[in-house]
Amino acid sequence: MAGRAQIPQKKSALVAMIADEDTVVGFLLAGVGDVDLRRKTNYLIVESKTTVKQIEDAFKEFTTREDIAVVMISQYVANMIRFLVDSYNKSIPAILEIPSKDHPYDPTQDSILSRVKYLFSSESVASGRR
Amino acid sequence: MSGQSQRLNVVPTVTMLGVVKARLVGATRGHALLKKKSDALTVQFRQILKEIVSTKESMGEIMKASSFALTEAKYVAGENIKHIVLENVHNASLKVRSRQENIAGVKLPKFEYFTEGETKNALTGLARGGQQVQQCRAAYVKAIEVLVELASLQTSFLTLDEAIKTTNRRVNALENVVKPRLENTVSYIKAELDELEREDFFRLKKIQGYKKREIERQTAAAKEFAEDKFLENVSLQKGISLNSAHNLLSAGMEKDEDIIF
Repeated sequence: MAGRAQIPQKKSALVAMIADEDTVVGFLLAGVGDVDLRRKTNYLIVESKTTVKQIEDAFKEFTTREDIAVVMISQYVANMIRFLVDSYNKSIPAILEIPSKDHPYDPTQDSILSRVKYLFSSESVASGRR
Repeated sequence: MSGQSQRLNVVPTVTMLGVVKARLVGATRGHALLKKKSDALTVQFRQILKEIVSTKESMGEIMKASSFALTEAKYVAGENIKHIVLENVHNASLKVRSRQENIAGVKLPKFEYFTEGETKNALTGLARGGQQVQQCRAAYVKAIEVLVELASLQTSFLTLDEAIKTTNRRVNALENVVKPRLENTVSYIKAELDELEREDFFRLKKIQGYKKREIERQTAAAKEFAEDKFLENVSLQKGISLNSAHNLLSAGMEKDEDIIF
């Protein structure tokens, strides 16, 4: 079908991150970090002096790179570029909003989860009517 | 083309009726199949919804545990461990593999993580806090496991959502546009054929009536002829010609040239 996105059948893909330093360090310790020949990383450490522009650029780059399958983004960072995250509608790479240490996780702000909750409530209403 | 009166532009013949009926059967079967597909997808969709909610909730717990493990490692191994970690990044040893899963003709991506090669961080924390660092590493690998699962669920969720929308659109199109149009065409062709049949019947009736009248007239003529013949025979037997007598009489009536007055 023309409208449907193709699912690439790749041997391996990377996990990208946009998060605060502690979270990134933790995941790097687990071994997801990657640096290519041009010293380009697959993660962005968001500090207090990181601008929204930098985050936007990183998000756009990670979502268009072909070797990335999952983009993990801290929720408070996602809130900074909420309009980009919400308007993103491709299935691959998948955007995951993760909780960060300093900011408590709020499920109502998650773009996916809010849709899930919406469907759930509408479904339960529909099933209740039956 | 509006609402009720829409139908296909066809010539109303018996052949066309057969063709349109076959198409109607096809459309009905397609509708039933698509409906089934939509139901199957919806079942899968709801299951995924439930899984997403539960995984999202467990993700919070796991992230908390891994953050705590990192804090422990930092405390034991010193604050500068993060610089070591950041310096040690070269090639990803933990990667994601994607494969397809087929559900009712819809291809869903499934991610699974795998480790490749060995991480450069094996020696991190060799001086002190090595155990904590390795524990922290294990905690984050576990977090990755959950997150990757969540990612594949989320992708399936989006893909299925799209697929269900498309399928439902098709089901509705078949039900509300294609089938009524075909049904209208069938009834139109049937009406036209009935009309033709009535015309034919009427024409036959007319011809029959005409023939009947013709036969009646002929029988009447034949009867008259037979009667005449019978009378002639009778007069022949009696020795007189009915006709001649009649002729005599009529001849008397006629002007005779011999008679002067």
